[in-house]
Amino acid sequence: MVRSAIAGLLADYDSGAFFCELTSARSSNDAEIATVLARLGGLGFQDLSRRSAAAERELFNLGITFTVYSERDSIDRILPFDVIPRLITAAEWQYLEEGVIQRVQAINLFLGDIYHGQKILKDKVVPADLVLGNSNYRPEMEGLAVAYGTYAHVCGIDLIRDQQGQFRVLEDNARTPSGVSYVVENRTLMMRTFPDLMADIKIRPVDDYGIRLHAAMSEVAPDTDRDPQVVLLSPGIFNSAFFEHVFLAREMGVPLVEGRDLVVEDDKVYMRTTGGLERVHTIYRRLNDDFIDPEVFRPDSMLGVKGLMRAYRAGTVALANAVGTGVADDKAVYAYMPRIIRYYLDQDAILPNVETRICREPEGLAYTLDHLEELVVKPVGESGGYGLLIGPKATHEECAEFRIKLRLDPANYISQPMIGLSVTPTLTSTGVAPRHVDLRPFAVTGKSTWVLPGGLTRVALREGSIVVNSSQGGGSKDSWVLGG
Amino acid sequence: MGNLLARSAANLFWLGRYLERVENLGRIVEITETFARDNSERNWLSVVQINADEKRFFAKHALASAPSVASFYLLDADNPTSVPASLQAAHQNARALRPLISISMWEQVNVMRHNWRSVTAAELSAPSLPRLCRRLREQCQVHEGIVEGSLPHDEAWYYYRLGKTLERADQTTRLLDIKYHLLLPNLSAVGSALDSSQWNALLRAASGYQAFRRVYQGRMTPAAVAGFLLFSDSFPRSISLCVRQIAWMLNQLRSRYHLSAAAAAEEKIDEVQAVLSTMMIEPIIEQGLHEFLDGLQTQFAALTADIRDGFFGGYV
Repeated sequence: MVRSAIAGLLADYDSGAFFCELTSARSSNDAEIATVLARLGGLGFQDLSRRSAAAERELFNLGITFTVYSERDSIDRILPFDVIPRLITAAEWQYLEEGVIQRVQAINLFLGDIYHGQKILKDKVVPADLVLGNSNYRPEMEGLAVAYGTYAHVCGIDLIRDQQGQFRVLEDNARTPSGVSYVVENRTLMMRTFPDLMADIKIRPVDDYGIRLHAAMSEVAPDTDRDPQVVLLSPGIFNSAFFEHVFLAREMGVPLVEGRDLVVEDDKVYMRTTGGLERVHTIYRRLNDDFIDPEVFRPDSMLGVKGLMRAYRAGTVALANAVGTGVADDKAVYAYMPRIIRYYLDQDAILPNVETRICREPEGLAYTLDHLEELVVKPVGESGGYGLLIGPKATHEECAEFRIKLRLDPANYISQPMIGLSVTPTLTSTGVAPRHVDLRPFAVTGKSTWVLPGGLTRVALREGSIVVNSSQGGGSKDSWVLGG
Repeated sequence: MGNLLARSAANLFWLGRYLERVENLGRIVEITETFARDNSERNWLSVVQINADEKRFFAKHALASAPSVASFYLLDADNPTSVPASLQAAHQNARALRPLISISMWEQVNVMRHNWRSVTAAELSAPSLPRLCRRLREQCQVHEGIVEGSLPHDEAWYYYRLGKTLERADQTTRLLDIKYHLLLPNLSAVGSALDSSQWNALLRAASGYQAFRRVYQGRMTPAAVAGFLLFSDSFPRSISLCVRQIAWMLNQLRSRYHLSAAAAAEEKIDEVQAVLSTMMIEPIIEQGLHEFLDGLQTQFAALTADIRDGFFGGYV
């Protein structure tokens, strides 16, 4: 029924064996999808390309960019933006939202437990050394109470969709997940460049992210007799993600501070204003644990605030995310997440993992070595798509080399079957073609959890590529959650 | 709402200063090219002198000519007083201020700085140079318009405006000092009619040509021009008006935002104001205009230091 609407620009579009986020059969919103398809099909390639160029120029002018520094110069680059939206039906979103909330709940309970009592380790559900030996485990957090038991105030859950259309969690991001600024800015851009495509279609709005985030930051603030002062802590204007920090501070309406703007006196945090020192109650920090307090962590950090951990322990300031959340988004801990969910919530995971083998376990290693050509093998400590082997796409030599690495340090790796990631129509230099996508919904948690409708759709712009990371040729798309 | 982050206050102050500097540079180069041509090219040298750049300039160029001076100020990013260097600095201040200022205010600075990077040496040649300068000036005016329409008149506005106004006062002081003494010998040497076109050019360089005419009609004397740029109580770039505005802004910061740091700076600007309100141009010229303007520049520098120490909490 839906496919009958495909014509014009989309006439030659073929998603092959992959699930397509626009043309595959869905459980709801058929009418809206058909309308979008018909409108897209009716756009000329020239028109689409022209509007795409205008959109990218606007991103550049607005400074929605990341900065690449060379020896002498700085170059502002945009994250490539694909103008064809990714569609999520109302029914799909309801499912995803429930799944994400469940997962975030489990992550927070897990973090609360490992820093207070470590029941899950004593019950041997998760191997103790996996947690306690993890470089992101912070003994400084033991016994420290956080408001509402919330550690991962902002959590990004990376999802992919397999050939059957089943969503699966690929990775949890419980430290400082980034990209939410693109979600909101991409929508604004679409509203400006494609009003005709969006007309009369109900799409869940995304522009109240800042208000929701500020509310959560205020909820977790320590008691104060006035409105709590929230700040956003950034490494500064030279950080490549500075735009996102600007976006978050601007949308919350709070000061964007650097470490040098803050000072700790009598275990309380203050910021330097024109009128002297002013109390700070919640810090949304976009700075890794390692850098936040030279007194406790890296002593050479110029970006942090001396004494911040003292204030944190004294309960006079809230940090978001909490210190030590990195242990929950470790790729090895990920493999235990379904068991963690069952342990704390007595529920099955709503969103399944990708089947994962842990190479630190002998069976996992043996299986991985035997099936290397079929598997994706990832180092547990890396992010950004670095250091991984995509078996089916690797040469014999690459596989042989990787076998050596695996045997030398098996605990550093996990392996997963190669998933045929879903695709969606994407504008290329010659027409519209399928490209693989993932989805990162953003969950904000204070007292309770709220999920921004949709999330960041990253798209692998190179034909056949399944690596969506911006550092490796990835771009982004607007993600529409359809009303229902 | 509490007070502004001290670092943001510094960023605002310098954003205002740098863009005012860029606008002035654009106008001075344009006027020199269009109205102040002369064979000795001493007018081009005076542009270098206004910016006190003799040492840096002659390390790179043998002669102060139209191409060398235009390139030094419009293209040379290594020259800290150049347009590209100032735009770069303004851009960096605006970047740090992004959460605080309107999106259009940021976007315009971002685009202005980016576009200026593609200006080539070819555009500095005679027919296109005035056009290029005009474009620069208009972009600064667009910026000013966006600020006027989108920057709330709260504490932030005062720092932005303080930077802009201080730079303006300082620029007029330098312009008057150099040009007055450059043009004056003409009078005695030739012993004939005043080279009024050169004095008109000076007024144009301060964008005060029409404003001067309105007040003085036909009475064009060196003393009248100097008096106008120093004492006019209504011309936006006159030193007196700038000083009066600075005094008012400091007063507002103290009374409305309870910033005691304003007191020291206020004391200094009150002194300057007192001097300006009691002096006349003739005795100043008699006793030495250069010394007087030099004294003002020293006061402005001290004022900048007071503002920095009082409000910016150690950030420059």
